[in-house]
Amino acid sequence: MRGKALQLNPNVIKRNERVDLIFKWVAILSTILAISVLAALLIDVLSDGAGRLSWKFLTSFPSRRPARAGILSAIVGTFVIMGLTAAVSIPVGVAAAIYLEEYARKNWFTRLVELNIANLASVPSIIYGLLGLGVFVRAMDLERSILSGALTLALLILPIIIISSREALKAVPFSIREASYSLGATRWQTTKNAVLPAAMPGIMTGTILALSRAIGETAPLITIGALTYIAFLPTSPISVDGTFPFIHLSFEWLKDPFTVLPIQIFNWVSRPQKAFLVNAAAAIIVLLAITLLLNAAAVYIRYRFRRTWK
Amino acid sequence: MKKLIVAALSFLLANALAVTPVLAKRLLVKVDGSSTVYPITEAVAEEFQGAMRGKVMVTVGISGTGGGFKKFCRGETDVNDASRPIKPVEVKLCRENGIDFVELPVAYDGIAVVVNPSNSWVDYMTVDELKRIWEPSAQGKVTRWSQVRKGWPDREIHLFGPGVDSGTYDYFTKAIVGQEGASRGDFTASEDDNVLVQGVSTDPSALGFFGLAYYEENTDKLKVVPIDDGKDTNGKGPVTPSPETVKNGTYQPLSRPIFIYVSSKSMKRPEVKDFVTFYLKNAKDLVREVGYIPLPDRAYDLALERFRKGITGSVFGGKGAKVGVSIEDLLSIEK
Repeated sequence: MRGKALQLNPNVIKRNERVDLIFKWVAILSTILAISVLAALLIDVLSDGAGRLSWKFLTSFPSRRPARAGILSAIVGTFVIMGLTAAVSIPVGVAAAIYLEEYARKNWFTRLVELNIANLASVPSIIYGLLGLGVFVRAMDLERSILSGALTLALLILPIIIISSREALKAVPFSIREASYSLGATRWQTTKNAVLPAAMPGIMTGTILALSRAIGETAPLITIGALTYIAFLPTSPISVDGTFPFIHLSFEWLKDPFTVLPIQIFNWVSRPQKAFLVNAAAAIIVLLAITLLLNAAAVYIRYRFRRTWK
Repeated sequence: MKKLIVAALSFLLANALAVTPVLAKRLLVKVDGSSTVYPITEAVAEEFQGAMRGKVMVTVGISGTGGGFKKFCRGETDVNDASRPIKPVEVKLCRENGIDFVELPVAYDGIAVVVNPSNSWVDYMTVDELKRIWEPSAQGKVTRWSQVRKGWPDREIHLFGPGVDSGTYDYFTKAIVGQEGASRGDFTASEDDNVLVQGVSTDPSALGFFGLAYYEENTDKLKVVPIDDGKDTNGKGPVTPSPETVKNGTYQPLSRPIFIYVSSKSMKRPEVKDFVTFYLKNAKDLVREVGYIPLPDRAYDLALERFRKGITGSVFGGKGAKVGVSIEDLLSIEK
């Protein structure tokens, strides 16, 4: 009986090999399909827009004349919004992750919080736009400003930052914490000096990927009222003049209206003149390049600072 | 070193908060509303900012005529781009918030009815035929070309049109079906007119409508349908849409004036007054440049007069889209 069970049936082997081969080809075809769609998109955009890319295109304001139009206000808007979004969401997100991972007791309440965060991560972005419109623009009266936009995007990526930071913190072996405690360190000292540095590459990778999601978001920003035509830059945060102390900081820019690259692209794509479509393609290349840079930074950090625990 | 930086930063921060900003707050004119009117306002804003040498900034958003009025009537914007006259609900909303408005026509726009270039049977269409296709009761029933006119082939009709939030849709339904916002629901709708151009140009059974500018940029991919409104007073037989036929009032009923609305509160600010005056004085050339049809000079003069006097309210009685308003009609109402 046992001997028979071990006996290899050539038909079964043949069938399994065939299934194996079929699966291999299905997998290869899926990969080819995904890559060729992406390649087609890239080639199309590059062939349409590459010729339009120039320093002037990057440093001009939008215009009714396609040949004179540029994306300066959109690029600056994108960077300002992303910077402020990062400044708001990273401290809050990482702090929340540290609390949940290092301090919170595991009980029904923390489980409820965790469940909600996981849920929020998959809420469509337009919902965050409506929330931003109701809370920041109307209730808090921040107007349709850079501040409203950045706070809305910060809310949008907060769940992703919390989740990825928690994963990074979880990956730090418990022995590290024990070693720190055994030296008499407090919980905060342990977190600050041992756990957080060890988890930093993971946290940064997750954060950068979250930011590169936010950079392409259009719906929530349109909802809170980002503008389409804007031919000036936010107020400079620093001004120099003759009165003491000569250098002045200003936060006026937080209240300034703004536009971002995806909105500029969206507008150009829907114009009747074909020359605007070329502009849109060129702006898409710029947006793709920025996203690619961010993702490359994430990959670099992941490899550069990767640690192996013994 | 670290302490020095912290000290320097906190010093800067403290003086930023303590000292009142030396910078003069910049003057801002906020415009929002229709995507149809957007190209004109964008052009005017560009020229105006140049003429003011950066002293006044203009922002232009796109949220549709209706979406724009919602912001306008809350007092969030100074000027609203509108591709149709204001509706009663919007007038009410404005009144509730104490916002009065001046209505100023800025250009004419035509709506083009188009088919695929390979469509050999459609030579022209009457308003009645269009109505038979688009009215709500046609849904699921009128599905073949042969049902529209005898002799047309027994092929399916595939319909394309702008989304129901657009002023173009509002106007088309009012002009063709007779009731604003009433149409069949089984058509391919898109807020992006280029999607409609793409749809009609790749589908031999297609019939669609959108702004004339989109046809004029794509004459090689589309075939435009002359329209017969059955009235001989404004041009006998079918009329092909063009800047001329829209301007001389023969392309009816699918020609319409488009507007800007100025908030009476914002009008008191000199920068808004300057912007609107600049708008009306320079509209003629800029309107043509961005692909729309300018009003006669006299219409701009009358609008300017209306603005200077601050005459509020809608000449359309706040009843939304009105069909068959020719330039002459408009002028006589403006008086």
